[in-house]
Amino acid sequence: MKIAHPRTLDEAFEALQRMPGAQLLAGGTDFVVEVNFGHRRPPAVVGLRRVAELQGWRRDDGELVLGAALTFTEIETQLAGELPALAAAARTVGSPQMRNAGTLGGNLGTASPAGDSLPVLAAMDARVVLASQAGERTLPMTEFVTGVKKTAIQPREVIREVRVPRLRGPQQFLKVGTRNAMVISIACAALVVDLDGRSVRCGLGSVAPTPVRAAEAEAFIAGEIDWDGPHAAAGAVARFGELAAAAASPITDHRSTAEYRRRAVQVICTRALTRSLA
Amino acid sequence: MSGDASDALHDPATTDIRGRRDQLRAEEGPPVVEALETYRLTVNGREREVEGAWIGESLLYVLRERLGLPGSKNACEQGECGSCSLMLDGVLVASCCVLAADAVGGDVRTVEGLSPEGELTDVQRAFVEQGAVQCGFCIPGMIVAMHDLLDRQPDADELALREAISGNLCRCTGYGRIFAAFHAVKEERARAST
Repeated sequence: MKIAHPRTLDEAFEALQRMPGAQLLAGGTDFVVEVNFGHRRPPAVVGLRRVAELQGWRRDDGELVLGAALTFTEIETQLAGELPALAAAARTVGSPQMRNAGTLGGNLGTASPAGDSLPVLAAMDARVVLASQAGERTLPMTEFVTGVKKTAIQPREVIREVRVPRLRGPQQFLKVGTRNAMVISIACAALVVDLDGRSVRCGLGSVAPTPVRAAEAEAFIAGEIDWDGPHAAAGAVARFGELAAAAASPITDHRSTAEYRRRAVQVICTRALTRSLA
Repeated sequence: MSGDASDALHDPATTDIRGRRDQLRAEEGPPVVEALETYRLTVNGREREVEGAWIGESLLYVLRERLGLPGSKNACEQGECGSCSLMLDGVLVASCCVLAADAVGGDVRTVEGLSPEGELTDVQRAFVEQGAVQCGFCIPGMIVAMHDLLDRQPDADELALREAISGNLCRCTGYGRIFAAFHAVKEERARAST
């Protein structure tokens, strides 16, 4: 097992070329645990935490461009104003120690069904920018995560950044777990109101192999909202929660039953919409 | 690694994991030497050479088993308990989730480096005076996390402390005396600054 410490993306590509099958390493909170427990033993590792192009975030026209090495602590403390749902999700990840190390790019690369940033990025219609020696390509979230811990990343590709539209309107993230800190999600939901586009977008986490959008619920509520408020009748908000729950395809495992997960989705989606309306 | 002085070390969890690591190393096949590396870490302000290490070793493992710094404790090895907390480049992290070889070029500060040898920091002294220690296993991580909070936020209140140590699990004290130690440090620092 060998390790490379590139400082630029070009050096990272070179390391990936030199060491076929190398594992990309960001904050280590997923990968190093797997090595500790003997589940993973890649021939080589490319440590990305020094790569300049992956650091920080910036505004770019109507988008926020988030570097893959952005930590959850940085999201929580620097982006609460611009991306409140993503910041709220970051705040629920693990402990301060985990949030200090864990990165947005790492959360995407691991693509756990319980990855807390994923439903937010899905609801925001975020796009993932992948970079390689051959150039860059940009994928919507729905095409980036392809299954349980599976992504569209090809060998020798690196997640460079995530492009998130800047939207006007309330953004919520709600998560259900056994306590408020240090918890892996049983179910979570992100709800984004786009006042200019007159749409409500809802992403669900931990209730399907990949983050899912509650498309039927979104289409239903868009027709029910009085956008001058924005306001919606109580019956319509309740129906939205039911339709969102129907979009989940949860399983029963050691964290929760499928029934509880579906019910949790209904409750948190109803609550998130209620909080977002006048 | 057999015959290494660190084999004399005790912790059954570590031994078990090291056993698995040795097995993994063996599976890599010859030439094994290619899988072992020598590199330098900066720990508590000193350059330390790590010789013949497997690249998959965590920073926690290297500190405890190769560099003779057992202050950072090894419990969960999955970032859940906080007992291995230390500062890497000025940021509080769980050293079980850091690859030691990825910390090359970084500034590692462990609980042993918080004060000159033989001396206690004000936080450590407060823990002693307030009886905030029972079995003691979580305490080094707790001390590092509390110093980190007070460095970042000198006026932190108890709510901020609860959040700051939410990833440092203590199963004996019930946390009450730990909070008391925190308040004692804050009072002492306030008195010293007036």
